[in-house]
Amino acid sequence: MKSKGDSLTLSKSITICCLGPLDRMIIEHVAGHISNRCGLHYKISSRMDPPEYAFDEKRGQYNSKLILKRLTELPHNSLKSLAITQVDLFVPILKYVFGLAQVGGECAIISTYRLRPQFYGHEPNQDLLMDRIGKTALHELGHSLGLTHCRDRRCVMHSSTNVGDTDFKRSDFCPTCFELFRWQLENCGIRIKPSMPKF
Amino acid sequence: MSKMPHILVVDDEEAMRESLNDWLKEDGYEVGLAASGQEAIDMVRQEPWEIILLDLKMPGMDGLETLKHLKKARPDAEILMMTAYATVDTAVQAMKEGAFDYLVKPFDPDEIEILIKKILKHKELILENILLRKKLEERDQFDEIIGRSDAMQQIFELIKRVAPTDSTVLITGESGTGKELIAQAIHGNSQRCYMPFIAVSCGALPESLLESELFGYEKGAFTGAEHTKRGRFEMAHGGTLFLDEIGDISLKTQVDLLRVLQQKEFSRLGSEESIEVDVRILAATNRDLEKAIIENRFRKDLFYRLNVISIHAPPLRERKEDIPLLAKASVRKCCLELNKDEVNIASSAMKLLVDYDWPGNVRELENVIERALVIGRGEEVVAEDLPFNQRGAVGEQLPKSLKGMEKIHIERVIEEADWNVSRAARELGIDRQTLYNKIEKYEIKRG
Repeated sequence: MKSKGDSLTLSKSITICCLGPLDRMIIEHVAGHISNRCGLHYKISSRMDPPEYAFDEKRGQYNSKLILKRLTELPHNSLKSLAITQVDLFVPILKYVFGLAQVGGECAIISTYRLRPQFYGHEPNQDLLMDRIGKTALHELGHSLGLTHCRDRRCVMHSSTNVGDTDFKRSDFCPTCFELFRWQLENCGIRIKPSMPKF
Repeated sequence: MSKMPHILVVDDEEAMRESLNDWLKEDGYEVGLAASGQEAIDMVRQEPWEIILLDLKMPGMDGLETLKHLKKARPDAEILMMTAYATVDTAVQAMKEGAFDYLVKPFDPDEIEILIKKILKHKELILENILLRKKLEERDQFDEIIGRSDAMQQIFELIKRVAPTDSTVLITGESGTGKELIAQAIHGNSQRCYMPFIAVSCGALPESLLESELFGYEKGAFTGAEHTKRGRFEMAHGGTLFLDEIGDISLKTQVDLLRVLQQKEFSRLGSEESIEVDVRILAATNRDLEKAIIENRFRKDLFYRLNVISIHAPPLRERKEDIPLLAKASVRKCCLELNKDEVNIASSAMKLLVDYDWPGNVRELENVIERALVIGRGEEVVAEDLPFNQRGAVGEQLPKSLKGMEKIHIERVIEEADWNVSRAARELGIDRQTLYNKIEKYEIKRG
């Protein structure tokens, strides 16, 4: 387990883990993104098994709700836990999701599956993929800290129902969402830099 | 919309309910969950859910059946049907029953987001429509005065302009044109609106009584004055005094009034003490005061004091376009007073109302409507409920027999000819002798 900010108690950091095989660069990128964009500390936990228990044969996808349930049951001793996987996620009512978190919940999960340009028949593009992953991670983390969708299409908390939405929005919270994010963290006893992101 | 809408999810499958719950909550919606049609109906009766996501296939009461109940309980809720087994038939049937649209499970995230936004936009438009309609209705109404005609719109404008001033206003117009309502609107839109509005019907009181009504009296001022009484001027202090039928007051009272208007003070009858008052005067008359001045029945100086600003209330026959609006308002008002369900006015009846000349103006219209509602038995006011006959008088029924009609017609023509039998006979197209015979036969007498 790699940890940053040893002086902090672990309960004030974000645990990042991967479910199944995943490019190490992706984990590092998400960790750096969370740290840079909102000043939160993180720890990267060891890789977990692929979520085969959540595989739905009929749909050929993984039920993100079941994964989230399993993650919530695991002790993680941190403020929030963010899982990353490369399998295709769904919730029963929707055809797919890029990620899932309960508003104010313990854990969040994101999938790289539909964030890859190849999924849409485009050439691989590492920078674009990383950009999408960073935004999706911050978005789900925002949900787990109690934030709901933002009306501002440029804000990272704006709803992404397709990858175009994700590409359109910026990698930061809008000033209002940032203030809410900061306020929610303060309620958890965590102070981050009060400076607003450039928006 | 300022607050987030309440969305109710109705699905027998827990996984569907829960995943929709999570998805909608991410958008900040208030979400409720129901596992059956009956549970949904109970919830809808208790809380104002604005959007309902309803599963079509459920055990027990199915989606279509539930849809009917939900629409009945809350017609303004928009319902989105959800189904895993969509066929055009079921979708069309659901839409016929009032569903907004339908979604095939599992949904594309884009689909549900777009549909919910569409519903919210639709609801916003409805709300906007209601507000716009209300605004339009307000435009047709100033306080209690109703009218969309140019003449009435000009009056509303004038009221708005004169209300905030302290100027005396003379309101003229025929009986029943709503002069007192104009006075009330002026008072109600002035800075004096929280102070008294006192109305005195000057024409209804004999001179001595009007004097004591207006100025009050001291105990013992005259026989029967057993205690001191405050007059209307004192009662209206700080507010507005409305002197109705001002054209009917005696010359003596005109002098008394003029003094108060000039000096802003008066004395009670039987008292030397002057009482200062701050009263705005509004006066009204159905008489031609300028003609009364020429005939020395009304003082010119008082007229000029009263007529600082004049408002003329037009007779109803000069603003016929307001009749449907006024008639409907009267129906609403009367139904409320008579504790009846509101009824419509049949187009044939409305035509009669619009065609009639209304010598008694709005007051007469209100009376006719009240009468129609009392005697009418149907679910709408029909022509038979209206008391008009060919002579245009209200309160008389047309005779059914030809003889009866002939009598009425002869009476009218002979009256119009001022009992000049030769002229009346010429107009009727009969000779004088025949007319005399008919006068005798129908026992028509000079009235």
